[in-house]
Amino acid sequence: MNVLVCVKQVPDMESKFTVSSDGLWYDQSDLTYKINEYDEYAVEEAVRLKEKLGDVTITVLSIGPDRVKEAIRKALALGADKGAHIKDDEAHLKDPFQIATIIANYAKDKNFDIIFTGMQSEDRGSAQVGALVAEMLGMNCVTTIVDFEYADGKVNVKRELEGGIKAKVTAKLPVVLTCQLGLNTVRYPTLPNIMKAKRKELKEFDVSEFLNVDPKVITLKAFVPEKKKGGIVLEGAPDEIADKLINILKEKAII
Amino acid sequence: MKLLLVGEYKNGNIDDSFYELVAFAGKLGAEAVAFFVAPTDIKPEFNGKVYVADVEKAKEYNPKVHRDLILKVAEKENPDYIVLSHSSYGWDLAPRIAYKWDAGQISEIVDVDNDGFVVPFCNAKLRRLLKPNTGKAVLTLQSGAFAPAKEGSASVETIDVDVADEGLEFTGFEVVEKGGVDLTKAEIIVSAGRGVGKKENIEIVEKLAKVLGAELGASRPVVDAGWLPQERQVGTTGQTVAPKLYVACGISGAIQHLAGMKKSNFIVAINKDKDAPISEVADVFVVADLLEFVPVLTEKLSS
Ligand SMILES: Cc1cc2nc3c(=O)[nH]c(=O)nc-3n(C[C@H](O)[C@H](O)[C@H](O)COP(=O)(O)OP(=O)(O)OC[C@H]3O[C@@H](n4cnc5c(N)ncnc54)[C@H](O)[C@@H]3O)c2cc1C
Ligand SMILES: Cc1cc2nc3c(=O)[nH]c(=O)nc-3n(C[C@H](O)[C@H](O)[C@H](O)COP(=O)(O)OP(=O)(O)OC[C@H]3O[C@@H](n4cnc5c(N)ncnc54)[C@H](O)[C@@H]3O)c2cc1C
Repeated sequence: MNVLVCVKQVPDMESKFTVSSDGLWYDQSDLTYKINEYDEYAVEEAVRLKEKLGDVTITVLSIGPDRVKEAIRKALALGADKGAHIKDDEAHLKDPFQIATIIANYAKDKNFDIIFTGMQSEDRGSAQVGALVAEMLGMNCVTTIVDFEYADGKVNVKRELEGGIKAKVTAKLPVVLTCQLGLNTVRYPTLPNIMKAKRKELKEFDVSEFLNVDPKVITLKAFVPEKKKGGIVLEGAPDEIADKLINILKEKAII
Repeated sequence: MKLLLVGEYKNGNIDDSFYELVAFAGKLGAEAVAFFVAPTDIKPEFNGKVYVADVEKAKEYNPKVHRDLILKVAEKENPDYIVLSHSSYGWDLAPRIAYKWDAGQISEIVDVDNDGFVVPFCNAKLRRLLKPNTGKAVLTLQSGAFAPAKEGSASVETIDVDVADEGLEFTGFEVVEKGGVDLTKAEIIVSAGRGVGKKENIEIVEKLAKVLGAELGASRPVVDAGWLPQERQVGTTGQTVAPKLYVACGISGAIQHLAGMKKSNFIVAINKDKDAPISEVADVFVVADLLEFVPVLTEKLSS
């Protein structure tokens, strides 16, 4: 079986974000990057499938500047077989439609049986790329999966709805699956596997090979939202702020 | 300008999120028509035309079937925008419609501006103003961002369900089993987030809950990691609560969590990141390491 996993590198959401000088994105200096959390579940699920079936080749793809190679290496250390880095320093002004086009053009002659993506990215959160890739390639697609099983040429998945309800869906291959938080528990890469990952194939492509469309959405500006609610902020020694908090709660007759 | 609003019919009712789409159309000053897969006798409180595909025939949700029905209505009505909620239904369907309709998509709109649509990014720490580069576009709206507008009565037209899909098969629902906990009845809830760091530290938050006579709640990662059971999860895919006091310990305040607790009467957040989006809803925001602060607070409250 031939499997593709799309991983995006995103900054840590606990970072302090400021708007970049062109006013369109966040300033990318001084940020620490990691694999998009949703995509880690995607990698893990692919590796589990390989462990179960044996005859599975997992390719990990990431689009972005050189630093995204780290994300690919991490996925290789988790158990993926080979990497494809689609180099794009000018990630600027690319919308989900363009990102999906790049992925679809890369994938179209490679006969992937399953493509795993994240349900959304942590920074942008458009939740578009997976379903778009499926449409472009004419593949089936189930989004927001929290459970996965492969049997007899089909996949049985659970798609998460609101309020604790899940829909059980069976899909024929080839299929695109977008992975939701908690799909599995992601393993830690072991040191030998990290070493092994360094020797695995990681091919680099230039984005111009795969991108042949204009954006369908344009960014006019990025900005810091106004604070809506002026709550009380307590800072300082734990002992003092605990007293202050208790006083407030007593004043408001909450405790 | 004309919008096609795609409503949701859930658990035997028109989901209230539909009226948020109506409000959005009002805000744009646009004409609107609507589409539902629902029983053909529904009566949305909406002044306009409503196309209904019979849910008996369309059966449980299949994205390709819904996509093609919507495209059929779009062909007839020729709207500028097709609008859905950013829900499990909306985000599943929207990109599929956008692609076939040859249009761009803007996800999770929270506001409109003269020039375009405002969406959050980086866990709502920043926002962007976006504009479709194509004349038409598919839009999804963040749930709760537009106050529902309910008024009037619709004229309903039934449309044929003449499309099918063999690729996906719906085989049933699964509902989370509820144990003895009912968070919706609690007067005080103290919730643990990923900021607790590890399972052993849940105890720290649990002790605070105990002295306050509170129920223990959790954010999703805490449940996903198996530190607390699913019945304690607060948020869109867990419980929606509105207690007298909600204490969020090490919770960043992602929209899906906020949706489940922002109606609480009084909110205290304990977080070491001053910019965490939970500050948007917190009445008191304690900037501290919860591992240090919570034990001190618990100690003072118990004496
Ligand atoms: C002005 C501007 C500057 C930008 N600069 C950057 C930048 O420097 N770095 C950056 O990463 N993005 C940048 N972007 C955003 C990037 O183009 C978007 O991430 C892209 O459009 C996909 O949208 P999304 O992340 O919301 O996708 P979603 O639909 O939310 O993502 C779902 C899934 O698609 C897959 N996916 C998404 N993106 C990639 C990718 N790059 N490689 C592999 N798989 C992917 C993943 O599996 C992911 O989980 C910029 C955008 C703009 C407008
Ligand atoms: C479709 C969908 C549905 C979802 N449904 C839900 C839902 O129902 N409920 C839900 O909660 N989430 C839900 N989520 C997930 C949601 O998007 C967030 O990922 C999640 O809420 C984050 O949980 P958190 O705040 O605990 O963790 P994080 O976002 O990782 O935040 C941890 C916070 O702890 C702080 N922190 C870290 N260490 C300390 C310390 N020592 N002291 C003090 N503060 C500290 C950090 O500054 C940070 O702000 C859903 C997501 C999707 C896509």
